[in-house]
Amino acid sequence: MSTTEKPAASNDGTGVFSPGRARISAKTLRVDNWWVQPTITFIILLSFVIYSTWRAFANADYFSMPYLSPFYSPCLADSCPPGSQDFGSWIGSWYAWSPALIILIFPLGFRMTCYYYRKAYYRSFWMSPPACAVAEPHKKYSGETKFPLILENVHRYFFYAALVFNVVLTWDAIASFRNPQGEWGHAGLGTLFLVGNATLLWLYSLSCHSCRHAVGGRLKHFSNHPVRYKWWTMVSKLNTRHMLFAWLSLFGVAFTDFYIYLVASGAITDPRFF
Amino acid sequence: MAYDASFRVWRGNTNGGELTNYKVSVNEGEVVLDIIHRLQQTQTPDLAVRWNCKAGKCGSCSAEVNGKPALLCMTRMNTFTEDETVTVTPLRTFPVIKDLVTDVSFNYQKAREIPSFTPPEGLKPGEYRMQQVDVERSQEFRKCIECFLCQDVCHVIRDHEDNKPAFSGPRFFIRQAELDMHPLDTASRKRDAQEKHGIGLCNITKCCTEVCPEHIKITDNAIIPMKERVADAKYDPLRWLGAKIRGRQPGDVE
Repeated sequence: MSTTEKPAASNDGTGVFSPGRARISAKTLRVDNWWVQPTITFIILLSFVIYSTWRAFANADYFSMPYLSPFYSPCLADSCPPGSQDFGSWIGSWYAWSPALIILIFPLGFRMTCYYYRKAYYRSFWMSPPACAVAEPHKKYSGETKFPLILENVHRYFFYAALVFNVVLTWDAIASFRNPQGEWGHAGLGTLFLVGNATLLWLYSLSCHSCRHAVGGRLKHFSNHPVRYKWWTMVSKLNTRHMLFAWLSLFGVAFTDFYIYLVASGAITDPRFF
Repeated sequence: MAYDASFRVWRGNTNGGELTNYKVSVNEGEVVLDIIHRLQQTQTPDLAVRWNCKAGKCGSCSAEVNGKPALLCMTRMNTFTEDETVTVTPLRTFPVIKDLVTDVSFNYQKAREIPSFTPPEGLKPGEYRMQQVDVERSQEFRKCIECFLCQDVCHVIRDHEDNKPAFSGPRFFIRQAELDMHPLDTASRKRDAQEKHGIGLCNITKCCTEVCPEHIKITDNAIIPMKERVADAKYDPLRWLGAKIRGRQPGDVE
């Protein structure tokens, strides 16, 4: 026994409605909750953007000896509080705005051009496409062939910059094994945040697709480069979890900064372990 | 446990068509292709469907089930509830011929546009001993059964018919990656990938990987490495400078 459903309405003749294709009125026939994942991604990323913008412009409550917020590290301006300038103050006094406004260019550039985050924001913010086999709303599409999206190709340079920042943040984690008087051999709850943050950032950076390419992916003859092949194999294993590390490190940075904000603003007192 | 399932199957051709509702019996262990065959045998002998191996290895029975690109022979009926209506349509990226059969010649045209394996001139059989580590990356791509589900789901051409001349699609990016990663291949594939096959149009949203029935990591292991190789050849000033100093072409690798 059969019955038929006529197409409900005409369409614009593009995409899945292009001439010659099966005439089906629905833009998608998916019946699962395909919109949930891009919605969650949108909410989380937008929350991070709002939070980081607020903290970057705040220019306050980012240092409480021995903890320096990752949003403000390395703090290189004269305006940085005493004790936070472990790498000097060679930017000097001419720079009067928040140090985070310069610093965040690099880690945000790394994440904006990251192959995983590209998938995340193309789907959730630009809906290009919102989900697989769900028609996107745009009439024209040029992908990453034109300005500004062709700049995604500089991802490797942001990766190199991220390595430098990872070294700095690793130092910050080591430096957090001090007490508020600057004496070594102490630790508090903030130390755990900073060590966890640095660890997650290293995992995120080393699992990067550009890292995988640089250490050996560009080679044709692995057998001629056994050491680089070994590196490539290790990075490839990390690379399968790049999405996981991308999210964990994002949360890690945000929570570390928020913890230091709470301590620096006096809202809480940092519990000391030893 | 046998039951009567509700099916909606697209029936039509280039002149038009519609989703047609059927009630058809389902037995334990069956796949969607079994149900389509039962429809042919019992209710609609003129229903057109392309199929061959019924084992997920020939890539013939590609279609869309509940809006998702899938092989009919690999979509098990026990993934649906008994009261669920199962919608089966042809691939929505390619021109329809009849019912569930589409014209996928776009893909064969794109295949012809990729230069075949190009070993060094004068290299004779037996003169090169291949190491396993040199070919294992490419072996993943050889699993492709050319079902073209990745091509079907790719929004670059699914949602933009006008991109078809400029874009080859995920299946052919893994072909180019396979050849470019081959130790003996000498063809210039990096610039071709960008300039002739449109890899820059890909925004790596990974739908191709999600639908691949062979579980090939198309995006992570083929498209992104090719994008990085394209960046070597076209967008990296330090690589360009290094190549100039060493008298090579940007993107040449050891």
